[in-house]
Amino acid sequence: MADYSKMWTDLGLDLSGHDALLGVLGGAYADIFLSQKNRPEGMKYFDFVMSEVHGLRIQELMDAKAQGRKVIGSYCVFVPEELILAVDGVSVGLCAGAEFNFEGAETVLPRNTCSLIKSAFGFKLGKVCPYLEASDVVVGENTCDGKKKSYEMLAPLVKDLYVMDMPQMKSPSGKALLKEEYNKFAAKLEAVSGKKITAESLKKGIEIVNAKRTAVKRLTELRAADPAPISGLDALLVNQVFFYDDPVRFTDAVNKLCDELVDRVKKGKGVFVAKTPRILVSGCPMAVPNWKLPMLIESSGAVIVGEESCVGERGARWMTEAKADTVDGLLELLTERYFNIDCAIFTPNPSRVDYVKEMAKKLAAAGVIHYSLQFCQPYIMESGPVEKNLEKSGIPTLRLETDYSQEDAGQLKTRIEAFVERLQK
Amino acid sequence: MKCAGIDIGSRTVKLAVFDNGKLILSRKAVTSYNPLETAWELMDGVAFDTITATGYGRHLMKGHLDCPVVSEITAFARGARYFAADCGAILDIGGQDTKAIALDREGTMSKFEMNDKCAAGTGRFLEVMATALGFTLEEFSQAALAASKPVKINSMCTVFAESEVISLTSQGVAREEVAMGIHKAIVSRSVGLLRRVSPEGPVFFAGGVALNACVRKLLEDKTRRTVFVPPDPQIVGAVGAALGA
Repeated sequence: MADYSKMWTDLGLDLSGHDALLGVLGGAYADIFLSQKNRPEGMKYFDFVMSEVHGLRIQELMDAKAQGRKVIGSYCVFVPEELILAVDGVSVGLCAGAEFNFEGAETVLPRNTCSLIKSAFGFKLGKVCPYLEASDVVVGENTCDGKKKSYEMLAPLVKDLYVMDMPQMKSPSGKALLKEEYNKFAAKLEAVSGKKITAESLKKGIEIVNAKRTAVKRLTELRAADPAPISGLDALLVNQVFFYDDPVRFTDAVNKLCDELVDRVKKGKGVFVAKTPRILVSGCPMAVPNWKLPMLIESSGAVIVGEESCVGERGARWMTEAKADTVDGLLELLTERYFNIDCAIFTPNPSRVDYVKEMAKKLAAAGVIHYSLQFCQPYIMESGPVEKNLEKSGIPTLRLETDYSQEDAGQLKTRIEAFVERLQK
Repeated sequence: MKCAGIDIGSRTVKLAVFDNGKLILSRKAVTSYNPLETAWELMDGVAFDTITATGYGRHLMKGHLDCPVVSEITAFARGARYFAADCGAILDIGGQDTKAIALDREGTMSKFEMNDKCAAGTGRFLEVMATALGFTLEEFSQAALAASKPVKINSMCTVFAESEVISLTSQGVAREEVAMGIHKAIVSRSVGLLRRVSPEGPVFFAGGVALNACVRKLLEDKTRRTVFVPPDPQIVGAVGAALGA
């Protein structure tokens, strides 16, 4: 990697903390990803992206900023990248996947806060997330109570925090609220960028994001093959890079990877032997570099064939129809698309479990591991009924609740191994 | 053919050897800071053709003997069926874990639950509480059984419960009553776990805590289910591992 210290210093990063973070990250990446056997060649692109995740990509963001483009950082799949692209902005997911500086985060947040939120604060207070520091606007969203209230504490720490309200029920008024919020967000983006959103620019944004989602959807479908042509860890990584990379280049890389996987499937080549127990993971998002659970699962004799998660199917699933000629018409269609997302903040949320079943069937998963982050009320609350429903439908389910720490790895491994043993019978 | 099973738990290491389907040897020792060394001592002079490892140290063992491993949950499911051929529900309270396992008619594990990372309500919890009250483990169970009434213990966290116990004794509450409260708390938590996987029928109770007479009695009282404890409840995992080979 080139020397980026000047760029990092200019961004206001704490170099020693940042070096420590990159050191741990690089080591973990080598241990978890590079040590895997039979990886597709196409993963080399993603290895490169990860090796430059705080380097070259940030340089690109700085170059974009120098050209007058705005960088918009966010933490949620409800923030439409289409609108950001419509003002020629750059959309980036912000760091929230590592146990970094939790003691710092706990000076402003209660200890009983989920790891994802704590991580976002740990990165901010430790000054180690270049994406956050490079963002012209940070977008918050009223999804769960934890995030909603934590934005009150985040506001004074960042340059420009913009909070979007969120509906909690799939009702006509809920949908109207979402559309109104997207309207306001569009106006905010126009004000920040000084560019007007036109039907043409929005259509182009929709096209780019649709293409990106179509590529990821293709990847998902290829994972239905036995033997699985790609590991769950690598597929998760693709879904994680989804939030950081240049969308057009990313789409191209995913399609190239898929071309290779098509060939693998044809030849019956996989990452693990055929008949390896297949697991679908469902639940909370796994932000980079949260690879804890997938690593435990895939080192316990199973392969992950899908993620029913925001970083995964729930984030990439639906397309936006661009069949309108006015900005308002397109916004309506965009709202239509995002209102489908069956996040656990909605009540009731029956379509989620139905879709978990559908995914399990399509991907020939033998069982589901439901993953909740500790203190994530919406997903923990939903996990009980989801487990009951799945077991009743004959889908073995293991419910796990964990955080970003490594201290429960032993207990988790025991449970995962026992679950895999159950699936093998 | 001699098949051995070794269960390296958080508090004890257990070894069982079968010769053509017959249990011919069982041994156990307290786990030291070096579980591998404890395991070698236990296996010293014991002859076997195959060995399967289970328990927390199973992967450590695999690294040294290149032997197959099985999770404690599957090992207990198999082991329980050796002692009770028609067993359908297992409660295992060990040193740092509590597990509830349901078996179908054929003896296949159909569902299980296990505590999260916190060791609340496990054998370790009982040890810490006994020490806080100045009892040995044996006295602890007897004292609880002798109590006229229990006092309610609210906290299940080992650290908080210890301070709760200290505050109760400093208020002058008899330590027998506190002991009973602690036993009730551990049973209440375990029954919750058990009910999630198996609502009725006899319960096979294993793990070190099954040696505790008070926990056994309270478990029967609270569930109104028959509780069966094998002659040596600690050996069940090692037996299951040996039978899995």
